[in-house]
Amino acid sequence: MILLQIIFTNVGNPHALGQKPLTFPRQVVALCQAPFLLDDPNVELVFPADAIARAKHYLSLTSGGLGAYSDAHGIPGIRKEVSEFIERRDGYPSDPEHIFLTGGASIGVMQILNCIIRGELDGILVPVPQYPLYSATISLLGGSLVPYYLEETANWGLDIVNLRQSVAQARSQGITVRAMVIINPGNPTGQCLSEANLKEVLQFCYQNNLVLLGDEVYQQNIYQDERPFISARKVLMDMGGNISKELQLVSFHTVSKGYWGECGQRGGYFEMTNIPPKTAEEIYKVTCTSHSPNVPGQIFLGLMVNPPKPGDISYERFVRESKGILESLRRRAQIVTDGFNSCRNVICNFTEGAMYSFPQIRLPPKAIEAAKNAGKVPDVFYCLKLLEATGISTVPGSGFGQKEGVFHLRTTILPAEEDMPAIMASFKKFNDDFMEQYEDYGGYLRM
Amino acid sequence: MRRFVAHSARRRNNFTTCVLRYCTLPLRLWSSTSTSKPCYISGSVASGGSASAPPLTLDTINPKVLKCEYAVLGETFILAQRLQQELKENPGSHPFNELLYCNIGNPHSLGQQPITFFREVLALCDHPALLDRAETRGYFSADAVERALQILNQIPERATGAYSHTQGIKGLRDTIASGIEARDGYPADPNDIFLIDGASPAVHIIIQLLLRSEEDGILCPIPQYPLYSGSIALHGGSLVPYYLDEETEWGLEISELKNQLETAKSKGITVRALVVINPGNPTGQVLAESNQREIVDFCKNEGLVLIADEVYQENVYVPDKKFHSFKKVSQSMKYGMEDIPLVSLQSISKGYYGECGRRGGYMEVTGFCSEIREQIYKVASLDTCSNISGQILASLVMNPPKVGDDSYESFSSEKEAILSSLARRAKTLEDALNSLEGVTCNRAEGAMYLFPRIELPKKAIEAAKAVNTAPDAFYARCLLNATGIVVIPGCGFGQVPGQWHFRCTILPQEDKIPIVVSRLTEFHKAFMDEFRN
Repeated sequence: MILLQIIFTNVGNPHALGQKPLTFPRQVVALCQAPFLLDDPNVELVFPADAIARAKHYLSLTSGGLGAYSDAHGIPGIRKEVSEFIERRDGYPSDPEHIFLTGGASIGVMQILNCIIRGELDGILVPVPQYPLYSATISLLGGSLVPYYLEETANWGLDIVNLRQSVAQARSQGITVRAMVIINPGNPTGQCLSEANLKEVLQFCYQNNLVLLGDEVYQQNIYQDERPFISARKVLMDMGGNISKELQLVSFHTVSKGYWGECGQRGGYFEMTNIPPKTAEEIYKVTCTSHSPNVPGQIFLGLMVNPPKPGDISYERFVRESKGILESLRRRAQIVTDGFNSCRNVICNFTEGAMYSFPQIRLPPKAIEAAKNAGKVPDVFYCLKLLEATGISTVPGSGFGQKEGVFHLRTTILPAEEDMPAIMASFKKFNDDFMEQYEDYGGYLRM
Repeated sequence: MRRFVAHSARRRNNFTTCVLRYCTLPLRLWSSTSTSKPCYISGSVASGGSASAPPLTLDTINPKVLKCEYAVLGETFILAQRLQQELKENPGSHPFNELLYCNIGNPHSLGQQPITFFREVLALCDHPALLDRAETRGYFSADAVERALQILNQIPERATGAYSHTQGIKGLRDTIASGIEARDGYPADPNDIFLIDGASPAVHIIIQLLLRSEEDGILCPIPQYPLYSGSIALHGGSLVPYYLDEETEWGLEISELKNQLETAKSKGITVRALVVINPGNPTGQVLAESNQREIVDFCKNEGLVLIADEVYQENVYVPDKKFHSFKKVSQSMKYGMEDIPLVSLQSISKGYYGECGRRGGYMEVTGFCSEIREQIYKVASLDTCSNISGQILASLVMNPPKVGDDSYESFSSEKEAILSSLARRAKTLEDALNSLEGVTCNRAEGAMYLFPRIELPKKAIEAAKAVNTAPDAFYARCLLNATGIVVIPGCGFGQVPGQWHFRCTILPQEDKIPIVVSRLTEFHKAFMDEFRN
């Protein structure tokens, strides 16, 4: 019996696959955890001066250290740091009062959907494939998911015609479409929306009276230069006019992704644009019932939006660590895409952003038959066989949604760079053997 | 779309089938296409942006959100924040120079210090580089270093920044299960434990699973901690009140439970669960073991899930009472664990550790069939996992330093100092309140609050009515404006109609207590002089 190592490429969980935490934030938070360290006369021998200063700064912003409930929508000083970050990023002022810190982006998404969904006749437009937080939350809240399909042959592009059709069909079934979700960069698909695309989406939401929910948690994970990240809010403000003052937008971000990868801290925020004050008060009330987001997570968020600057003692190390991670992710995105594309019956769009690869696996009819006989959905069947043969743990595409009869799997690009060649080789061997086993001798027939 | 709706019906029916094992009452099975029409205003279907109202406004927000209230951060608190701001911008603008926050159980915000050992371990886990060099290790006690190493070795890749298992890191759950066993004398299964970002999110998950429609009800104590009323409103169910008896030190009578259950049934409400807060919030009473056995019997006979909110289990101030967990009590009775569906809640926010801002705690889920536990797991997994730092802290709380450990003595003295101080403050404030005209206050046997009753004169009640305010809210507002003391009116917690209370914490530091007492006493006298009949 061969003992396999299990390779967890199923979750966007960088630190679990060996990515190291950035040093500076860990130094700052450790000092905040144990403030007695700050009182020690030798602390400067152990921690850099800027980490010490930052720890003192954040402790002064809290209402009693890490152990006190903060404001339900987060420490005001940190919300201000977030607003300053948004202003630097987009070139438009941002109001800290419209920013709510949350215990991760997911909680924020659930809270906002809870305010929007009144019953099963309320529909939310969600991309297919999507991150299943959306489908699960909509189900749990008793609403309806209105799918719009991303076009795989056009690099997972968003098609306005398809959007309009989805909305029309939903309405014909008595659904009131209330909001639209965009995930930019996409999960699991990784595509980065162009400015033109974002304008179209914003116009579309405005015309159809939808709240736009912009899941932008992967905004720091960009692996090509043609389409840098541009926030939905920036595009909205650039458009000016009535739309910029009326289109309702909620934007989400997190410390879990990017080059920080601090998933375990549970830190994030949402920013509301054009939500009436009294409505925002009601949203605030919902957040109150779970008190404040955890304070260390808020500090991580503050550090993320306000990292070391040129001239700071820790700046060089910080940049070296961050660049190292991002450049490696970019290389890994290429390695994984190329690796999949070299496999029989596999086609894979390039991972433009985020942390995943979503190759299409063209399963031969015999494989589909075998899956049926085993009582499994075809891509689940394939992924289970892959796991058994290689230890590579992936998520079948059916978990994210896909067109009927088209199969995918999602893997991450997170395993260490030095392990990548072996992993891709292992996958290729399994896949090509699988295809050998299940292909008709006449070759694969398209469904 | 239909596929999604049907799927959710299957899920809910699964839950129903399982609870049926424990229910002797026929449950009305909820069907996916609900017979009651949704009662909201249909959103606009027109195109045209500015011509129609925006999609998310007070008119179109989920009406359950509007119904949900949370008094602890409600009106009085909002006023306090405004006064705080005014004092900052314009010192001397009020007859006091600082606010005295007695409204929320937030110990560290009022100067309580964290437990040193816990923070040492957390700092080392956050920045393990400190463990690599002897000089940096030297800053920390030896057992903190050892514990941090032990914890880091239980975490894959020692990665405290990685998502963990949805229920929490296995090694930490093992530690907690051992802690529960040491506390109760009965075994605990780490697979029953769900580490979560505080007890409050756990309450939301369980309540969400229990409530299928407004015909489903949950028995809650009155007075209660308004998380329960808020959560029930948010999830579209009905709160079924049972009144604690102020005359008998906030006693919980089974006859009262039975009456309220019958009344609810007669109104077509299916009661699904019973919430017991022990020690109580805001009332502070600690249940006697015999009382707890009656409650367990009641739940068994009526087929109810028992939700045991035990977050104040380490806050007991009176020698004649002791905390017993409901899990221990039910295990000591003739029932097997599978007979009583029980959710036991513990938090790192209270006790002597008071780490509210960390968001940590757990629910121990016992007596449910595996299909239901899978559903609980599934809902919890939407948020992936709870924050790792909070998980670590929960394991430290349930397994603190022991006799013989390096840190034991300093840990013990910190813990003792905090708990004995809390007991002293509870007594001082209780006596002060009882000395006020028209005020009676039961002792705080546990938790962190006092809940005095005030006999408000008729003139005061009329004055309150004239400004469209509940009388106790009026009193709280006058108190705040005159003294800077922030309390929460009893209407936020529920009370017998026609009675008035307020909740005051025992948390201001001991050196601030005399100021609180003197300002309160002075204000109350002036208030009664003004409004006396």
